Amino acid sequence: MSLVKKYGKETSLSLLQNMLLMRRFEEKAGQMYGLRKIGGFCHLYIGQEAVAAGTIGALDLKSDYVIGAYRDHGHALAVGMDPKEIMAELYGKASGCSKGKGGSMHMYSDEKHMLGGNGIVGSQIPVGTGVAWKIKYMEEKGVVLCYFGDGAIHQGAFHESLNLAKIHDLPIIYIVENNQYGMGTDFKRVSSVHDLAQMGYAYDIPGKQLNGMQVMEVYDEFVKAVKSVREEPHPLFYEIKTYRYRGHSMSDPAKYRTPEELEEYKQQDPIPILLKQLQEEKFITEKEYKKMDDEIKAICDESVDFAEKSPEPDLSALYEDVFAEA
Amino acid sequence: MNREKYTTENKEETKMPVITFREALRQAMDEEMARDDRVFLLGEEVAQYNGAYKVTQGLWEKYGDKRVVDTPITEEGFTGLGVGAAMVGLRPIVEWMTFNFALMAYDQVVSNAAKTRYMSGGQFKLPMVMRGPNGPAEYLAAQHSQALQSIFAHIPGLKVVSPSTPYDAKGLLKTSIRDDNPVIFLEGELMYAWKGEVPEEEYLIPLGKADVKREGSDLTIVSYGKPMRISFEAAEKLAKEGINAEVIDLRSIKPLDEEAVYASVRKTHRCVIVEESWPFASVGSHLGWLISKNAFDYLDAPVEMVASEEVPMPYNHRLELAVQPQVPKIVAAAKKVLYLDD
Repeated sequence: MSLVKKYGKETSLSLLQNMLLMRRFEEKAGQMYGLRKIGGFCHLYIGQEAVAAGTIGALDLKSDYVIGAYRDHGHALAVGMDPKEIMAELYGKASGCSKGKGGSMHMYSDEKHMLGGNGIVGSQIPVGTGVAWKIKYMEEKGVVLCYFGDGAIHQGAFHESLNLAKIHDLPIIYIVENNQYGMGTDFKRVSSVHDLAQMGYAYDIPGKQLNGMQVMEVYDEFVKAVKSVREEPHPLFYEIKTYRYRGHSMSDPAKYRTPEELEEYKQQDPIPILLKQLQEEKFITEKEYKKMDDEIKAICDESVDFAEKSPEPDLSALYEDVFAEA
Repeated sequence: MNREKYTTENKEETKMPVITFREALRQAMDEEMARDDRVFLLGEEVAQYNGAYKVTQGLWEKYGDKRVVDTPITEEGFTGLGVGAAMVGLRPIVEWMTFNFALMAYDQVVSNAAKTRYMSGGQFKLPMVMRGPNGPAEYLAAQHSQALQSIFAHIPGLKVVSPSTPYDAKGLLKTSIRDDNPVIFLEGELMYAWKGEVPEEEYLIPLGKADVKREGSDLTIVSYGKPMRISFEAAEKLAKEGINAEVIDLRSIKPLDEEAVYASVRKTHRCVIVEESWPFASVGSHLGWLISKNAFDYLDAPVEMVASEEVPMPYNHRLELAVQPQVPKIVAAAKKVLYLDD
């Protein structure tokens, strides 16, 4: 039985919808960046959608948490944050999820258990480990998904965290989203180990490699993984192989890779792959897909409209949120 | 005022119990852990070994593995773990065996502890204390003997606290543990054995409130942390020469009780700042600028500063003492602002 059939129409369609929302949102963000509506660093998630959709799709965000790096728009959408407040944050507006104080790299939602959005490579890994500590300390049933890129895996923060997580059997799943380039550097040029999934073994945490262009495979694995961690707290480690179609950030023309390579990966685009699987099961028609896409495009347009019309933060906001008041 | 006389000897007819600085810190943690289940302690050797400097002695026995946690020697990892735990509602006390090792955790302190609240538009609180011995000890050389408060005080989003007596240490640490923000709590290896009166009943000392440890009228000596003791000794020495120094203990560097300093300077018109860090871009140099800006009309002499020499700490004892503030240096600075140069 196909995985699409195994999980049924509703779940599979929602994964498609989720990925498509990320794709269209990021296209819009890239467009608005080009129009200089968005400033600074802006790292688009285009190509990697199946990772956030497939993993976060397996969570219960009442008890589970998500924390990641600076390529975070996709994860923010996947946890269910409002595209309007994400776009407004990109615009630096007061109505943004972080009141315009975080920007592209710092999407947070206390309510949706989205803990950022961290701009320092690997810096979120110990923090995510601490969130898992709290779950265990409070004897809750939650799981933390902690994301980072292939560039972060050599940071001490990664190694120190896996060690701590294993010593204390913390309920956390570490996910290296291996998009194969740490900025402009092919990960193989700077990693002594090319099969990154092996890197958990040093800490007695078995690693597994997944194809991050196949959302159903990612989802299927994470349904099981999250369940096992929820039942009996322990750390897991996944390398999810993926590919970003755009540069590292908006300022990167990505000249370090060949057009042939890019084309090869575009043939593995996770969205058409899932669409085809859904069509094979007759879960969606071409017409219905077009309708879904149009609706999503409208949501993205609305998010831009909302951001455009939102006010700038008041200057007095400068001094707010530095400290919590007693 | 007598309770803060910087002496290790028992005074006659003490009404309050006399305990050491380390016992005062321990009592603060013990009481706060008993009061709030969310408070837990983690760091190197804090549990089974009873603490590298025995500050946490007995706490593991009392609270167990869950709440008193020995960590691997990975400051970045366990400090970051504290940040994450604090973000979602726990109240960690992170012990750094010394502040020298806190440099390994500096990214977690600066990038995450100090900034997460702001970057998230105020969505998260970071109630955590990072504490341990800071400042020079003896015979430890450059990597293990340095005062690093300035690099923490420099960062918006951190509170920085520096007690100088057992009484203050307990009251300030209890307040720091209850604070909903990241607090850097500076102790001193050579201070742990200092003794002082600490009442049995509970008390808290607010952050951001300086303490006039000795009243005087001729000049103001401002310090914090360990050099408070030599500042006090210098004041006693000056008193024998008929010079009446007021000695102010900042107690917390951030928030900084500027007004207490100005009030004293308005009275004495002269000021000497004493600190054991290097003077370049330091707490003391910043305070000197504030005084010259906000109390300029009251000053009868330029503000003097006694800090450490701008060198890494040498191992040799004679040399290492020469690097640091000492009583004669403070006395000389006091005379300078009084235009009493010998």
